[in-house]
Amino acid sequence: MQVLKLIFKNAFRHRLRTFLTIAGISIAILAFGLLRTVVDAWYAGVEASAANRLVSRNAISLIFPLPLSYKEKIRQVDGVTVVSYGNWFGGIYIDEKNFFPNFAVEPKSYLELYPEYVFQPDQLAALLRDRKGFAAGRKLADKYKWKPGDTVILKGTIFPGEWEFVLRGIYKGRTKSVDETQFFFHWDYLNETLKKTIAARADQVGFYMIGVKNPNIASNVTAAIDKTFKNSLAETLTETEKAFQMSFISMSEAIVIAIQLVSFVVIIIIMAVMANTMAMSARERIGEYAVFKTLGFGGMYIAVLVFGESLFISATGCVIGTILTFPAAKAFGNEMSQFFPIFNVSVNTIYLDVAAAFVIGITAAIIPTYRAVSIRIADGLRRIG
Amino acid sequence: MNGKRPIVELRNICKSYQRGNQNIPVLNDITFDIIEGEFLALMGPSGSGKSTLLNLIAGIDKADSGVINVAGIDIAALSEMELAGWRAANVGFIFQFYNLIPVLTAFENVELPLLLSGLSKKEKKSHVETALRIVNLSDRLEHYPGELSGGQQQRVAIARAIVTDPAIIVADEPTGDLDRVSAEEILGLMDRLVHELGKTIIMVTHDPRAAGKAHFIKHLDKGVLNAGPQADF
Repeated sequence: MQVLKLIFKNAFRHRLRTFLTIAGISIAILAFGLLRTVVDAWYAGVEASAANRLVSRNAISLIFPLPLSYKEKIRQVDGVTVVSYGNWFGGIYIDEKNFFPNFAVEPKSYLELYPEYVFQPDQLAALLRDRKGFAAGRKLADKYKWKPGDTVILKGTIFPGEWEFVLRGIYKGRTKSVDETQFFFHWDYLNETLKKTIAARADQVGFYMIGVKNPNIASNVTAAIDKTFKNSLAETLTETEKAFQMSFISMSEAIVIAIQLVSFVVIIIIMAVMANTMAMSARERIGEYAVFKTLGFGGMYIAVLVFGESLFISATGCVIGTILTFPAAKAFGNEMSQFFPIFNVSVNTIYLDVAAAFVIGITAAIIPTYRAVSIRIADGLRRIG
Repeated sequence: MNGKRPIVELRNICKSYQRGNQNIPVLNDITFDIIEGEFLALMGPSGSGKSTLLNLIAGIDKADSGVINVAGIDIAALSEMELAGWRAANVGFIFQFYNLIPVLTAFENVELPLLLSGLSKKEKKSHVETALRIVNLSDRLEHYPGELSGGQQQRVAIARAIVTDPAIIVADEPTGDLDRVSAEEILGLMDRLVHELGKTIIMVTHDPRAAGKAHFIKHLDKGVLNAGPQADF
């Protein structure tokens, strides 16, 4: 009991120094937590991928379409349960800065593949009924204050013209990791319009989303689909949804690695600051440690005092930093929602915060403890006075 | 001698320090006994080796050669860990600069050596209160060292030294940092420890007035022991 009391009292002997160190650790943990959350947000699409969903696209590039006629052939492949399709629409809402992902999809099959998008039954029915209807995620609808029945106009970039939609459904994510910033509408609306305006681009889709019976047969199904269209004018490249999402991440992998490195550099810097604090404290108390040894206390007791103080300071900084991470992440996520639709502090990030604080506390105490434990009593007592 | 047995026996003690390539002898062939209940003053000029000798008797340093027997135990033969345990049970320390832990109260400072004793909380409390009563500080239990005068701090240090009822008490310049009145108080208290509690005290001092309180005075000069004047016993 007295050991804990002594650790606590020692930690606050130099209040300003301790408060500054705790503040430094809190900020470092906050920065570390935010950077880890940015990395998580980068991989959010990958994490949200289902193992039983495949994506099939043109083997040359995603920008080249596939014929709508592939749908039935894909459906006939063994193991396929659902086939949906769509196009990246790339429309702009009022201004380019109002970016959000928008797709033309076949909604019935699409929502069959994405049960994590949860609608109110009446809104879902209205969405499926109205060919000009669109669905928006809760966050997107909240951001622009859209209500069911509102008309929204997107300016087409890939598909020229002004496209008018009516909001019929607002979905919520079944879990926190579901993107609630999507905008999707009937592919038929796009296709029918194209037939009238640019007939050459009609009946073509950007990608197929394919559901398989179970994830274990995914590789067989991908191979079978690609084999079906081998040597055709539009060969397919089929992969799991996860691999498809990863292909986007890999384009920006260098940035992700840089962020990860910076997050660890932050921890290394604060480790050095903390080690300096502990070295100063231990140097000032070397005489006291000699007194403890004189009275018969062993090296273990002194090690507990130094490590305990170091861990107490780093743990306090960790708690404050972790608590601050949540409002900071919320504010950051709101500001950056168009780039990071999912910006949640994960449990893993909390574990990493705690682990980082533990490593800071332990590492900072190693050398001061060694010095305190190994000093000869006579030398330590000589430092007093 | 008053018929009591020696509590400390020193035989042919030699000690030197290594400074770079140089071997500096500090103590040379020291042999003498300290009788139980004796108050011994070690005097000598700076660098004469008196503090080193005190450290050897207290088991906080090791001799190069010779035998140090304290209360029947050859402490030179003990390992570092055994020595730590031995010190906790057998030696009380009084330092020039009190060496109290500033973040602990007087009570907690005195309680420190008892943390290694295995006594119950109640027993510890009783021991600490007794020790502080002996040094007349019963009313300062909850005071921190910073709230006490130098003399009071040294009295707390004395209470800490006697709380485990050690076989010997070693004091290194116990009045060196005190004014004359406080020094007199401390010396009077040490005298009481010898006469009323039968403690054995070995004190290093430069102060002839402090040494005058001792039963015996031994002089060290360049690591060699010279028989000094004997005080009244």
